[in-house]
Amino acid sequence: MTTYLRSHLKQLESEAIYVMREVAAQFERPILLFSGGKDSIVLAHLARKAFYPGRIPFPLLHIDTGHNFPETLAFRDQLVDELDVQLIVRYVQDSIDQGRAVEETGPNASRNALQTVTLLDALGELRVEAAMGGARRDEEKARAKERFFSHRDEFGQWDPKNQRPELWNLYNGRKHPRENFRVFPISNWTEMDVWQYIYHEGIQMPSLYFSHRRDVFVREGVLLAVSDVVQPQNGETPQNKIVRFRTIGDMTCTGAVESTASSLADIIQEVASARVTERGARADDKRSEAAMEDRKKQGYF
Amino acid sequence: MTIDTISEIQTQTTAAEVDDSYISMDMLRFTTAGSVDDGKSTLIGRLLYDSKAIFEDQMEAIEQVSQRRGDAEVDLALLTDGLRAEREQGITIDVAYRYFATPKRKFIIADTPGHIQYTRNMVTGASTAELAIVLIDARKGVLTQSKRHGFLASLLQLPHIIVAVNKMDLVDYSQDVYDKIVEEYTDFASKLSIQNLIFIPISALRGDNVVDKSDNTPWYRGSTLLHYLENVSVGASRNLVDFRFPVQMVLRPHQDFRGFAGQIASGSIAPDEEVVVLPSGRESRIKSIASFDGDLAEAAAGDSVTLTLNDEIDVSRGDMIVRKKNLPTVSNRIECILCWMNEEPLNPNASYILQHTTHQVRAFISELNYRIDVDTLHREPADTLHLNEIGRAKITTTRPLYFDPYRLNRSTGNFVLIDPNTNVTVAAGMIRRRSRDLEEVVAHEPEPTVDRQRSSDVVWESSSVTRDMRERRNGHRAAVLWFTGFSGSGKSTVAKALEKRLYEMRCNTMMLDGDNVRHGLNGDLGFSDADRKENIRRVGEVAHLFFENGNLALCTFISPFRADRELARALAPAGRFLEIFVKCDLEICKRRDPKGLYAKALAGEIKEFTGVSSPYEEPTHPEIVVETDLHSVEECVNQIVDELTRRGLLGV
Repeated sequence: MTTYLRSHLKQLESEAIYVMREVAAQFERPILLFSGGKDSIVLAHLARKAFYPGRIPFPLLHIDTGHNFPETLAFRDQLVDELDVQLIVRYVQDSIDQGRAVEETGPNASRNALQTVTLLDALGELRVEAAMGGARRDEEKARAKERFFSHRDEFGQWDPKNQRPELWNLYNGRKHPRENFRVFPISNWTEMDVWQYIYHEGIQMPSLYFSHRRDVFVREGVLLAVSDVVQPQNGETPQNKIVRFRTIGDMTCTGAVESTASSLADIIQEVASARVTERGARADDKRSEAAMEDRKKQGYF
Repeated sequence: MTIDTISEIQTQTTAAEVDDSYISMDMLRFTTAGSVDDGKSTLIGRLLYDSKAIFEDQMEAIEQVSQRRGDAEVDLALLTDGLRAEREQGITIDVAYRYFATPKRKFIIADTPGHIQYTRNMVTGASTAELAIVLIDARKGVLTQSKRHGFLASLLQLPHIIVAVNKMDLVDYSQDVYDKIVEEYTDFASKLSIQNLIFIPISALRGDNVVDKSDNTPWYRGSTLLHYLENVSVGASRNLVDFRFPVQMVLRPHQDFRGFAGQIASGSIAPDEEVVVLPSGRESRIKSIASFDGDLAEAAAGDSVTLTLNDEIDVSRGDMIVRKKNLPTVSNRIECILCWMNEEPLNPNASYILQHTTHQVRAFISELNYRIDVDTLHREPADTLHLNEIGRAKITTTRPLYFDPYRLNRSTGNFVLIDPNTNVTVAAGMIRRRSRDLEEVVAHEPEPTVDRQRSSDVVWESSSVTRDMRERRNGHRAAVLWFTGFSGSGKSTVAKALEKRLYEMRCNTMMLDGDNVRHGLNGDLGFSDADRKENIRRVGEVAHLFFENGNLALCTFISPFRADRELARALAPAGRFLEIFVKCDLEICKRRDPKGLYAKALAGEIKEFTGVSSPYEEPTHPEIVVETDLHSVEECVNQIVDELTRRGLLGV
């Protein structure tokens, strides 16, 4: 070979697979955090490629807030069937019932923050040494300095001042008992990379990402879907609009965007011309400028 | 609300059409170096903003902050400031990664802050980069730190360095100012190894020559910064010649499939190529390059793949698959450059974990040669290295590493050191070469050159009579003469005759014979790969003891595997281990068959017999080759004695 040509997608894929294999080789009881969103679907696809022709050698862990879009759960179950992988679900409702978490009240009540409690409990219960997530460095400022192998103390907390230097492709997963790691195999991907990869690989996606008609209303600049758990309050009027979601999370804080993008090609076009970040439609990040950083320190995904 | 099924969505996606130019997009990782005042953050902000990687909500957020702080203009630098603590102090303290893309290329910026922790961060950022942008403030000219940036970039072997002479607007776009900086920096850079050094006059604030060519610098004929970033050749730092495949893990989903998963560190590979596995030295051929998308016809550096081999060979994580005719260096002693990254300074008496490719071994700093002052490039003596200091050291590891010099292969020449107590990564290392030096060649002190397997809580007791003293009394040097070759090649015959001759010359000798040691010392070992290896290890150790006692130790072992012989070699100082290849045509060996073993092996009564059912790896660089099918025993002995004399071993 005299020339070296690898597309950016190929390089990003190879890097992610390398990281996942390091996780499988270096840790006992790794898991893959599965939210039902596109990033975790891409992770599952990468895991399938990484260990082919074998099965994915770790389970998927889903923290169910109880406020999921029904589409998310249906898609999750089909995917798990197809991948022939173990699925573990832990419920925020259980944490609330056990008194481990206290439900927020008021019109903006969300279980998003409570997920952290359930997640940390689940990681402890399952004695997970490494939890892989689909977070990307381009998503948010606090994540720009995140490591591939992110060390957490025994309380699941992240200390931004105490992260290990990461050089070349050497990932140091050594740890003391009860400490654990969060690992982010697609750290270097952008939203655009993710969509191009989905298109290139023909990865199936939940219908929520494509345009559809839905009853929505505006709250603090975010377009929320009307559902059992999210109802318009005084002065908020629901309208039936053609929308889609750029991220999929808890129904209480995942905003929709008005869009007619009904295919991956449309979505890629839309992302290319978008002038607002995908997290811009998330109510949880708007709470304060350093909102993400605070949640991370507590052990958020 | 209806739930679309996956199959419906599938139809949607296949119906779509996408401009597929993204498939030919490649990727460039670069690092930016400069201090707070050089306008580095502004430059990155400018690149992100002009390439439309900045979204409205991000822009809104920094506008708000700028307003609150009472800034006159929106501070683009805010786009790249990460954590709150840093924002409050107005400094950045860690490497941050930024992304933007043009239709041609995706870019990953490792944005390294420029203050005290600079060295550690720049080394981290540069480790994955192919290009560095060094920012120089046109008003200030070439500062010490501008040189430091260049030095670090060249140390990390980044092939491209762009010196962006910034704030040209503040010097009236003066060509004189620019030329002076170019001249001074070029002069400095000639002392470094930089493949490609480029200068560009810019103003990050005003956008001159960043994305668009500036009218303010009509005297500048080069391209803009972005144009350069888009067109510089990528992959220049990848070694595409030497195939190295560190095994990450073994995939064995069912009886019929055994694959070795990993990322190709360098070179390329295709099915049916001959390979050898280190450290076992077992040979085989590539059966397939398996992937989810089907078997591949070829794979190259950077690809994560799964290799299957024609033969059932024991391979595990940390092993390395390489081409038979292109081997890396195998040694447990290395010379390297260390960059210290921890508050806790280097402890010369401690042991560290050394992580290299996919394996971790225990390591000791056997010698700290000097510290390099990164500002003056002067070397100074050092007892330790503190945070952000760079030095040259010798390291001994408990198991051999398979590596190439970093200069030739960035992927197999790098490592990190980990503190085994805190588990924190404390240093980054770049291997210069296998460690061998003058002191070793003239070895006065019997120093164990390998850190070998040892029982816990034992310390090496040095004798008050040194090998050097014994050698003077004996009148000859000590050495290990390692005879390797097929069964029946004549190893024992030649060695016995040689020993007789040496005895007549009043030399102290000891002969260790393959069959003899299996009667006592190694009576518990069989002929599996692991046992063969252990056999050689023990013999190597015993030979080493006789060596230390001032003897010429003659070892006659088939020792078919190169890696095992290398291990025995590693125990002795340089020049004191002579590999003697007893060469003889295999057919003649079979005919000689002095012990009737070939007959048994051919009849299937002996499994894994070298030359019949088990491979023999010929030495690549033996010190002596004797050909027993061409020369008499006496001729062979003469040849060896001559060589020992020539090497100054027989007369002190």
